[in-house]
Amino acid sequence: MAKIVGVVTTSHVPSIGGAIARHQEQDPYWKPFFDGFIPVREWLKDVKPDVAVVIYNDHGLNFFLDKMPTFAVGAAPAYRNADEGWGIPTVPPFAGDPALSWHLIEGLVRAEFDPTTCQDMLVDHAFTLPMALLWPDQNWPVRTVPVCINTVQHPLPSAARCLKFGRALGRAIDDYDQDLRVLVVGTGGLSHQLDGKRAGHINKEFDQKFMASLLADPDWATRYSIAELVAEVGTQGIELLMWLAARGTLAGPVRALTSTYHIPISNTAGGIMLMAA
Amino acid sequence: MSIAYPKPDIPGTTLFDGEQAMKGFALNKMCFSFNDAANRETFLKDEDAYCARFGLTSPQREAIRNRNVLELIAAGGNVYYLAKFAGIFKLDVQDLGAQQTGMTKDEFKAKLVAAGR
Repeated sequence: MAKIVGVVTTSHVPSIGGAIARHQEQDPYWKPFFDGFIPVREWLKDVKPDVAVVIYNDHGLNFFLDKMPTFAVGAAPAYRNADEGWGIPTVPPFAGDPALSWHLIEGLVRAEFDPTTCQDMLVDHAFTLPMALLWPDQNWPVRTVPVCINTVQHPLPSAARCLKFGRALGRAIDDYDQDLRVLVVGTGGLSHQLDGKRAGHINKEFDQKFMASLLADPDWATRYSIAELVAEVGTQGIELLMWLAARGTLAGPVRALTSTYHIPISNTAGGIMLMAA
Repeated sequence: MSIAYPKPDIPGTTLFDGEQAMKGFALNKMCFSFNDAANRETFLKDEDAYCARFGLTSPQREAIRNRNVLELIAAGGNVYYLAKFAGIFKLDVQDLGAQQTGMTKDEFKAKLVAAGR
């Protein structure tokens, strides 16, 4: 049977790609964030996952406003990155795992989630940069399943809905009748706001409560409406929904194997957590 | 057209909802096209013709001409697509933040560093 070996959650801001391209990982500005991945990579060498299920939000590479799914699951044999318009280098393509994708889609629909299914799907920086942080040589040792949650256009799915989605996804992974080691990745956040007069908004106190809640009480964030969450963490900080869904895939108590929080990376409070049962 | 549902009032913040998405469709569609390098070049060669092709409204055309982020948002722009427009001019999200808050880029960056203390 398939087993979730752990959950990694991380920020995914595009400037991480710029820092990688310019080899600035050890610059004082970037070091506190990039160093957070050292223990994660050590752990990956031990657990050797076969597949990464990556929960992220597209920023206008694969999806446009003509058709905007709330939840979407990739079911392609391979996924490509492409030019997003502002010039970070693209990364090599990722192998898919269509059999697992369709199993997850079956499980989600049975659990009354109805994702859009994508047999042709570009993956943007929110998918590629976390992968490049986990495997800097970009010689991907895992097959992948992209799982996309809309944070572009409101209404967004509630925190409660995203947590339930993650739990349904986790059950579907656990039910998979293949001997697979599965890593779940949740990307985005933490607090930041790019748009409006409140651009630059960051909320350290809320972020830290949120990170602690993923361990002690994952339902904590579900007390907040989307509007309340945006007020706390910013229009893009709402990407914490990806962390919540990813955390939901692990049933029962979890512990943090490593955790990093650093302000700022670009306009964003950078966060990394590695959680396992 | 406006949609009747309660809208949250978050200072300095426009939620990109159905109303904004309808208002901004042409503008965002143009900015979405900037994923393609050839389209970015075509825009730079003849901005008027490119905007006309996407049927921008006059406030949208004006906001593009002014390179003004707050005006672009008021005209229905979504920041994820607007970032692709900004990319044509090699502007990053900290340039956008500085412009929207009336700060210099260094001041804006200092504000972010201060948020970590």
